[in-house]
Amino acid sequence: MSDDRVTPTAHGAGPMIRELGRKLAQGEAGPLLVLLMVAAIWTFFQFQNDRFLSPGNLTNLMLQQSAVATISIGIVLILLLGEIDLSVGAVSGFCASVMAVLIVNNHLPSEVAALAALGFGAFIGLFNGFMVTRFRIPSFVVTLAGSLTLVGLQLYVLGETGTINLADNFVTRLTSTFFPPLVGWAVAGLAVVVTLAFALMARARRARAGLSVGPLWSLLVGVGVIAAAFAAAVAVVNQDRGLPLVVVIVCALALAFAYVTERTRFGRHMFAVGGNAEAARRAGIKIEHVRMLVFVLGSTLAAAGGVLAASRLTAVNQSSGGSDLLLMAIAGPVIAGTSLFGGRGTVWSAILGAVVIGSIANGMDLLAYASSVKFIVTGAVLIAAVTIESVTRMQRRGTAAR
Amino acid sequence: MTALSEGTSTTSAAPYLLSLKGVSKAFGANQALSGVDFEVGAGEVVALVGDNGAGKSTLVKAIAGVQLCDEGTIYFNGELVRITSPQDATALGIATVYQDLALCDNLDVVANLYLGRELFSKGAARAAYFLDETAMEQSALKLLESLAVTTVKDVREPVGSLSGGQRQAVAIARSLLGEPSVVLLDEPTAALGVSQTEQVLSLIHELRKRGLGVVVISHNLENVFAVADRIVVLRLGRRSATFDVRGVSREDVVSAITGAEFGLGAEIREESA
Repeated sequence: MSDDRVTPTAHGAGPMIRELGRKLAQGEAGPLLVLLMVAAIWTFFQFQNDRFLSPGNLTNLMLQQSAVATISIGIVLILLLGEIDLSVGAVSGFCASVMAVLIVNNHLPSEVAALAALGFGAFIGLFNGFMVTRFRIPSFVVTLAGSLTLVGLQLYVLGETGTINLADNFVTRLTSTFFPPLVGWAVAGLAVVVTLAFALMARARRARAGLSVGPLWSLLVGVGVIAAAFAAAVAVVNQDRGLPLVVVIVCALALAFAYVTERTRFGRHMFAVGGNAEAARRAGIKIEHVRMLVFVLGSTLAAAGGVLAASRLTAVNQSSGGSDLLLMAIAGPVIAGTSLFGGRGTVWSAILGAVVIGSIANGMDLLAYASSVKFIVTGAVLIAAVTIESVTRMQRRGTAAR
Repeated sequence: MTALSEGTSTTSAAPYLLSLKGVSKAFGANQALSGVDFEVGAGEVVALVGDNGAGKSTLVKAIAGVQLCDEGTIYFNGELVRITSPQDATALGIATVYQDLALCDNLDVVANLYLGRELFSKGAARAAYFLDETAMEQSALKLLESLAVTTVKDVREPVGSLSGGQRQAVAIARSLLGEPSVVLLDEPTAALGVSQTEQVLSLIHELRKRGLGVVVISHNLENVFAVADRIVVLRLGRRSATFDVRGVSREDVVSAITGAEFGLGAEIREESA
């Protein structure tokens, strides 16, 4: 930040550390803080049980969290607007139930059933968005009430048995397909090359237009860090079963929605509505349309998460989408720096947050903690995350007011 | 009063860029505007003054399309127009800078300048709705330079971390991006220091020189006398007086605003207005 009063340039270690401290305090160093958190959690559990960081367990962690991460992407979109969707857990459970019924009872191809699940998700989102924009009911009320209804509908469509098992099909293969090592390396290599190419092209374009560009080395260091992370991840999963298809799917979804939020007009309008809805309206943005579409996207992603959860479990039952799934999906992005109050956050926080939350849950499972302890710890982490978010928000306010 | 009749006689000669006839607006039992006429010509700065609750904001909101009036007609370039949304006003060439500036604190200067009229990349990237950040940043810098706004150092800084004067500059710059012919400024100098006020006032002179019609709402009579050609006074939802800025004293304007000293005469004129 180049505001004169807030230490623009840092010469020497002292100011640099102070600047870093300020960024941490104001929530601008989000990813860094989260990585520190992950490192701490991983170190802790690794000391308790040396199987925690084994390739097998880390791969399981990815598989477990793919559903949560997908739902969290939708939550990020909704949080960016300053709204909340408390029905995503129930939407994921209900849509997965509909899918299972269509596959097992109605003998539909599983691809079609999965698409139908997404369609149901979109429709529920449309309804939520309509209630919020047309009748101006707070989104938490609409989605909380909707959540209850959906749980009822889920019990209804699942029928007496309450559980539907899925045989081997397209849906179950989503989370049981692994790529051979070479493909894993190829995907990681391609991702790095494309990232580097786009970064260099954007830089060259700015330079040609006579705009300021950052130093080349910082760009290369940034891409280098990403490349190292990809290489490490692929090296780990290749020691186990290989790169899981579902990880590629979730990363592709995150990439797509990162693009939508940060590079398109619709994404810009989402941030505007979340930052100052009245200003957005006066700028001619149709804020109702933005809200409706975001609720549709959020619920569709929740349905997609439900499909992935069903795939991982190879079944749908009465507790699908229930328990702490909803809170996990909301807590993840908030822990990783997306504001609960709108206008601030990134889609990547959904992935990072899912890793943090998943690591805690996975580690406690590995250590065979009692349910009581797991609930208490998860709840405490949630409270801590929201408190940190609120404090950093006050810090930002303080600086802006000066 | 003489000032009033002078004002009306000169105004009826020239065709106005924008004129409103008989505008009324009620909020429940509260009559915010009743039968107000208003007009601004090209290359003219009209100051809209009045006490709190006189109806200034309501009138501006009606022109800006933010809040529809109950009654009244609007003429733009002599043609009857309907302004039912902010887009209508923008399409006609009416730009508004609100007192609250209507900026998104979480977005940077460039994003705020282009909010609602973002530029897309050309070619294949257009199909993907790819925003042309380079072009937007380039012309944002050019625009701020042409307005001699040197205080905004980094156009990629979130607006929330700028000072009040910088934010005002961004808001005024934004209003000019759509090449408007009428600019409404709501309390443009209210929160500014002396030098920043001077900058804004010279900017208003610049707008007049370019042939724009400028409407300035202000409580600050010193600023009003510094920039305005005409002063329109609203009182209790009615237009109570119009002054040519030459040959009127500040006391006359204050009296028209407060209703003092006009006594019975003022009441009669309000009834007939």
